[in-house]
Amino acid sequence: MLFSLSRRDCLSRFLKASVGVWGMGSGMSHAQDMSVLGRVQDMTDARLRQFDEMIAPYVVRQPVKQGGITLSLPMLADNGHLVPLSLKVDSPMTEESHVTHIYVISQRNPVPLMAMFVLGPWNGRAELSMRVRLSGTQMVVVLARMSDGTFRYETQEVVVTEAACIDNG
Amino acid sequence: MTTARLQLPARIVEGDVFKLRLLVQHPMDSGFLRDLEGVLVKRNVIRHLQCIFHDKEVFRVEPTTGTSANPLFEFYLRATKSGELYFRWVDDKGYIGELRQKLVIEPANQSKAPKP
Repeated sequence: MLFSLSRRDCLSRFLKASVGVWGMGSGMSHAQDMSVLGRVQDMTDARLRQFDEMIAPYVVRQPVKQGGITLSLPMLADNGHLVPLSLKVDSPMTEESHVTHIYVISQRNPVPLMAMFVLGPWNGRAELSMRVRLSGTQMVVVLARMSDGTFRYETQEVVVTEAACIDNG
Repeated sequence: MTTARLQLPARIVEGDVFKLRLLVQHPMDSGFLRDLEGVLVKRNVIRHLQCIFHDKEVFRVEPTTGTSANPLFEFYLRATKSGELYFRWVDDKGYIGELRQKLVIEPANQSKAPKP
């Protein structure tokens, strides 16, 4: 980790310096290049959030426990622009006991919440599928709020080789 | 202009829990990407999408920039009686997209009748 950070630091400094020397003649386009580079750097260096920090906006002093959710994501996603995600919450989905909300949260994306779903007993099954964007290798958290006010969560690590948010894709 | 497509099972019997697949055509611009000229593309994502059936909201999703372009949502519904599924979504530009789909649900007793 320490090594990779210092390596990245070196590389970015070298890149900026070389762009500086190379772009002396054409001031305007070089300034634009620099801003793009800066932006790319910001995105890839985005801090990994702590778990508590990720669920804090949705949970206020209610009990939270792990389990009861089947989350399926690819272990390795080649393209962060489109990562299939499907989840299933173990719930009878009756009037008395059902899932009310499902939050799909990212650890590294600039906007942590990727989607929020509202469900009810009329759905019959608490099972969903969607496609998400991931900005780099990270943990994905699915948080489900049950009708009795308790929360459940499940996490999975995803390795992303090409992050969303950084290219002109 | 956005359009959407909905996929339903061929035959739905009352009491069944059936799967719906909704594909919405939308760029979902995150506001972080630049176009080929280096200009930042303004954020334009679907703010919320709801499914209304018999005047009741049966499914609702609030996507953000973390949802991929041309979002695909799969969810389930419990079949009650025939009616019209109405999907409605609003994006950052204020565009309101709509999709109406007739839903024919066969009564349960009819399906249980022995074949002649």
